[in-house]
Amino acid sequence: MKILVVAEHDNQTLKLSTLNTVSASLLVGGEVDVIVLGSSCSNAAKEASKIVGINNVINIDNSSMANALAEEISNNLVSVVSQYSHVFIPATTFGKNIMPRLAALLDVQPLSDVIEIINANTFKRPIYAGSCLATVQTNQELIIATIRTTAFDPVKIGDSTIPIIQQDAQNSLAISRFISEELAKSERPELTAAKIIISGGRGMQSGDNFSLLETIADKLGAAVGASRAAVDSGFVPNDYQVGQTGKIVAPNLYIAVGISGAIQHLAGMKDSKVIVAINKDEDAPIFQVADYGLVADLFKALPEFEALL
Amino acid sequence: MKVLVPIKRVVDYNVKVRPLNDQSGVDLNNVKMSINPFCEIAVEEAVRLKEAGVVSEIIAITVGTQASQEQLRTALALGADRAILLETNEHVEPLGIAKLLAKIYENEKPDLVILGKQAIDGDNNQTGQMLAALLGISQATFASVLNVGQGVATVTREIDGGLQTLEVNLPAVVTTDLRLNEPRYASLPNIMKAKKKELNIIDASTLGVDFSPRLSTVKVELPPSRAAGVKVGSVEELVNKLKNEAKVI
Repeated sequence: MKILVVAEHDNQTLKLSTLNTVSASLLVGGEVDVIVLGSSCSNAAKEASKIVGINNVINIDNSSMANALAEEISNNLVSVVSQYSHVFIPATTFGKNIMPRLAALLDVQPLSDVIEIINANTFKRPIYAGSCLATVQTNQELIIATIRTTAFDPVKIGDSTIPIIQQDAQNSLAISRFISEELAKSERPELTAAKIIISGGRGMQSGDNFSLLETIADKLGAAVGASRAAVDSGFVPNDYQVGQTGKIVAPNLYIAVGISGAIQHLAGMKDSKVIVAINKDEDAPIFQVADYGLVADLFKALPEFEALL
Repeated sequence: MKVLVPIKRVVDYNVKVRPLNDQSGVDLNNVKMSINPFCEIAVEEAVRLKEAGVVSEIIAITVGTQASQEQLRTALALGADRAILLETNEHVEPLGIAKLLAKIYENEKPDLVILGKQAIDGDNNQTGQMLAALLGISQATFASVLNVGQGVATVTREIDGGLQTLEVNLPAVVTTDLRLNEPRYASLPNIMKAKKKELNIIDASTLGVDFSPRLSTVKVELPPSRAAGVKVGSVEELVNKLKNEAKVI
């Protein structure tokens, strides 16, 4: 068994998702190598060489991969993967973009969003937005998968380093170009990476009322989310949406405010460690999944909640 | 300009699916089926490009059973010009679907392929990227803005933490995210008109593509259910429990 983990990074530092993915790969058993593909990414490669439990770090550094374009990354990976039994990539937008392209180039049917390693060729993954879990087996010689980061605790970065193997890059395909990137400047964490999320639903009544959630979010270092009903009502933009067709989250604490708990919403957040529901309708389905339920008018409860933090 | 829009028939997003008693799969008996929401967005985007005069022909395509004609008719009612069903009763995985679509792509030679980023049944998020790989063309996944120009398209993508804008050479594969547009409802006259549009059925096994599955499902089960929670009487009690019992704030 020899597993290759494709690191997610910004050319300077590794993303936490890389460490979650290494953690999953160590559960397969065998040797684990990490590959860092990027441009002027020696710092990221150096950090990778300190990951505890891995055997080698491979580094391919070329300007064509500065922005992790799927075409370029998968083209460079094809030449590297032949000596491996598994290739794992984080199930983030980075990995989801690259992994299927790589797999198709190698005539492999990959696995998306693995949440449990049962053995070297058997994995568990959610389907229907987590309404069901499928145990899936494959006899393909090469197994390619994305790893749901929330399902595996990150490995540690130690002090000692292992050698970094430099490899030459492939010629650029030059069929797509990076133009710009606009990363949310919010002081708040990303929904998919937040440890605490506070979300509002139709019960918030307006977009302005989301400021009640935002002040609490800022005190807790939380991200702000929303149900589809709140998005469809125009309270907040679509990128706030947590649920089956929005973002799937699993924070330590999820606070659902004025959210009834439609199936689509529950599918996106029910793996959260602790769920709090604040709703004035005591029969709201959200209370069936909430660890702590408070039947209350949110316009009274939220200011009180904020004052006690 | 010609656009190919692959779509999928899936369980309606309002249905709560359950595993079969023998855990061999998901119970799809008497379940409402619909066009996958992301596919609907893909059709809508193609129709808007046609209305803007950029696109001249929209071809909707799917791989599935006879019943999938229903979703192709939906796409036709939304504004697709004609439809193709690659008919099979087998379960086809994304790699197989991408290979079948690549065959049709070679015949139709579209300038652009727009499809949903994922289907809400298997949640694979693979077909678009695989099709682009097999064709050796560019890809722009999770699109929230699409502008088609001369020989190129500019696509804004939803990535973790923000937005990324790429320019891709045409032909390209674009996969749709939620923010790309809000699909229209098909009007009754358009639903009637769609019944007369061309729907070509091709036996998928005649295309010379190996689409046999590479994965086997050992079992399908419900996720572990959450232990019943408690109702708290006040905000103060809630904060106290979060601090001292759950220790999450």
